[in-house]
Amino acid sequence: MAGKKNVFVFIEQNDKKIAEVSLELVCEAKRLADKLNVDVQAIAIGHDMRDELNLLGHYGCSIVYYIDEQRLSDFTSFPYAKIIVDMIKKHEPRIVLFGASATGRDVAPRVASELKCGLTADCTELEIGDYKAKGKTYNNILLQIRPAFGGNIIATIVSPESMPSMATVREGVMKMSEPDSSLTVEIVDEKSEINDEWFLTEIIEICREERSFDLKSSQIVVSAGMGACNPESLELVKKLADTLGGVVGSSRPVVDSGQLIKDHQVGQTGVTVRPNLYIACGISGQIQHRAGMTDSKRIIAINNDPNAPIFNIAHYGIVGEVNDVIPKMIKAYKAKA
Amino acid sequence: MGPNMIVTVKQVPDTHNVTGDAMKPDGTVNRGALPAIFNPEDLNALEEALKVREKSGGTITVITMGPPKAVEVLKECLFRGVDEAILISDRKFAGADTLATSYALKCAIEKVGNFDLIFCGRQAIDGDTAQVGPQIAEKLNINQLTNIFEILESNEKSITAKRSIDGGYEIVKSNFPVLLTVTGEANEPRSPSAKLVMTYKNIDEKVCDDSYDSAYIEPSNNFSVKQIKQWDVEAIMADPALCGLSGSPTKVKKIENVVLTAGDVKQVPNTQEGIDELIQELTREHIIG
Ligand SMILES: Cc1cc2nc3c(=O)[nH]c(=O)nc-3n(C[C@H](O)[C@H](O)[C@H](O)COP(=O)(O)OP(=O)(O)OC[C@H]3O[C@@H](n4cnc5c(N)ncnc54)[C@H](O)[C@@H]3O)c2cc1C
Ligand SMILES: Nc1ncnc2c1ncn2[C@@H]1O[C@H](COP(=O)(O)O)[C@@H](O)[C@H]1O
Repeated sequence: MAGKKNVFVFIEQNDKKIAEVSLELVCEAKRLADKLNVDVQAIAIGHDMRDELNLLGHYGCSIVYYIDEQRLSDFTSFPYAKIIVDMIKKHEPRIVLFGASATGRDVAPRVASELKCGLTADCTELEIGDYKAKGKTYNNILLQIRPAFGGNIIATIVSPESMPSMATVREGVMKMSEPDSSLTVEIVDEKSEINDEWFLTEIIEICREERSFDLKSSQIVVSAGMGACNPESLELVKKLADTLGGVVGSSRPVVDSGQLIKDHQVGQTGVTVRPNLYIACGISGQIQHRAGMTDSKRIIAINNDPNAPIFNIAHYGIVGEVNDVIPKMIKAYKAKA
Repeated sequence: MGPNMIVTVKQVPDTHNVTGDAMKPDGTVNRGALPAIFNPEDLNALEEALKVREKSGGTITVITMGPPKAVEVLKECLFRGVDEAILISDRKFAGADTLATSYALKCAIEKVGNFDLIFCGRQAIDGDTAQVGPQIAEKLNINQLTNIFEILESNEKSITAKRSIDGGYEIVKSNFPVLLTVTGEANEPRSPSAKLVMTYKNIDEKVCDDSYDSAYIEPSNNFSVKQIKQWDVEAIMADPALCGLSGSPTKVKKIENVVLTAGDVKQVPNTQEGIDELIQELTREHIIG
């Protein structure tokens, strides 16, 4: 089993529910594993979540190593890192993927540090390929692709000597495949050694709000930028989103201004969306914003500056004032219906 | 007695204003091409340490690893009232990834010794990795609390804080020693104190050989060696093989500049007819219902 050097995914769970990003990673891991002719396996840590783990099979995971212990119900850094290290040493995967979530970005660096392996943060693309250096060729290793330097460059990072190669991957960038409920996963109970002294963090309270809207999976996103960052324009943006049956997105400075909550933010440090239609209202189109929306099927840009960079990636450009254009769009939509 | 605190700070290129020659052909950063600034979230980390000291006393030592020019951020820390500043600088540290960086910082922290709290910024804007903090914690075999945006309580032996998690936050508590990474939401960092700027005005910056870097500190006349120290690989008893490029498992294979695919934007006239036409086209293509 160890000889095969599989692709591993760390399964993140909140309240016994598998995080969306972990399922996305299983799908991506499956794609990579097929190229390498190996299997996708997973590590899950938690309590009382056996039934939930069956879901992993539907996306192509063949084995999940499961550590079930009541004290591990909620994530804390120290014991989770120790157990993941233990599992990696035992099963010797060639690649380990984590979500670039609060949890993944907390635990993965600790794991990499203890294993003295490379770790690439916040990847947006993964590939299998070769790397040549100093007369040596490394075949079929993980190419870890990520924006760097404030999003101005795209870097391909490798960890040729690391076993395993590790990466965190942002939520929403890897596409989910259709689940196949005829596929099953083998759940292997693991008895990792757990030390009382690892429980160094006391969780006093967890406060998670259900998102009242789902930006990531909405097919229509109407986003407000600084050119629409006033009550009147924002009202229009909301009205347009409602009319079209979409949700409101935004650029970062609008969130920073306090006019919209962070859940609306699209971009490098926000949500990645790929809707059928993205309407950018008063957004200049800086690289950090584009990072979260360029894959939209159709992009309409409304901007009063004909030279705004957003027009370089938009499919339709309307040069004009937000407050002038949006009412026309609402009217056009209503007239059609 | 208040906690002994360490803050790690980094001088970073200002990635908000990047030009074409910011990256060298070998994939490393051409720092010379960009203004160097205090990593924003490290100022937030420093601010939290200063607030803890105001409330419960204690000491603050800041550490940076970088070229001699990085002493500039240490001066900024002295201007805000830290007790001691340490520059870790050696050519052997060059080209470090997060693993090699955290190893060097860990060695320096062990040399400082006797710490209760370590504050790091959540992430540095040059790499946006957020890995160095947790990796220092692992190497010191201590606990970590990441993404802290509010400290609720600190006493002689523990700290309670809010950390942001996906979709919300949690309140966590840890005994000392513990490492915290602090986010930009935590506070509004203070400005330098005019009085301290005067106190430290005699810290010289001496020009040294330009193949390495431009500025150098000169811990000479007017300030005691206690306030700024400079350590190299030997001073922190680090294994050179684990430092810099040789201690870095990650390699850059390729760098691409992001170019806009300028082109086939369809100009829609800002008239009711133009926009009616657009909406109809999108409806025909089943983009909107
Ligand atoms: C590390 C890092 C991460 C970042 N992450 C993100 C991120 O995740 N998401 C994000 O969005 N940004 C992010 N940013 C910020 C990003 O760099 C830009 O600052 C931001 O996207 C700009 O937002 P904007 O386009 O709304 O504002 P601006 O750049 O100010 O653009 C406003 C636009 O509106 C137009 N305009 C003004 N008035 C009108 C009007 N009346 N009608 C029509 N048009 C008008 C202007 O011509 C201009 O083009 C990040 C930055 C950094 C450094
Ligand atoms: N060279 C360095 N010197 C001192 N502190 C550093 C250095 N690199 C990173 N750090 C600390 O680690 C944090 C995270 O950095 P990074 O992992 O590079 O995003 C920073 O905010 C700093 O507090």
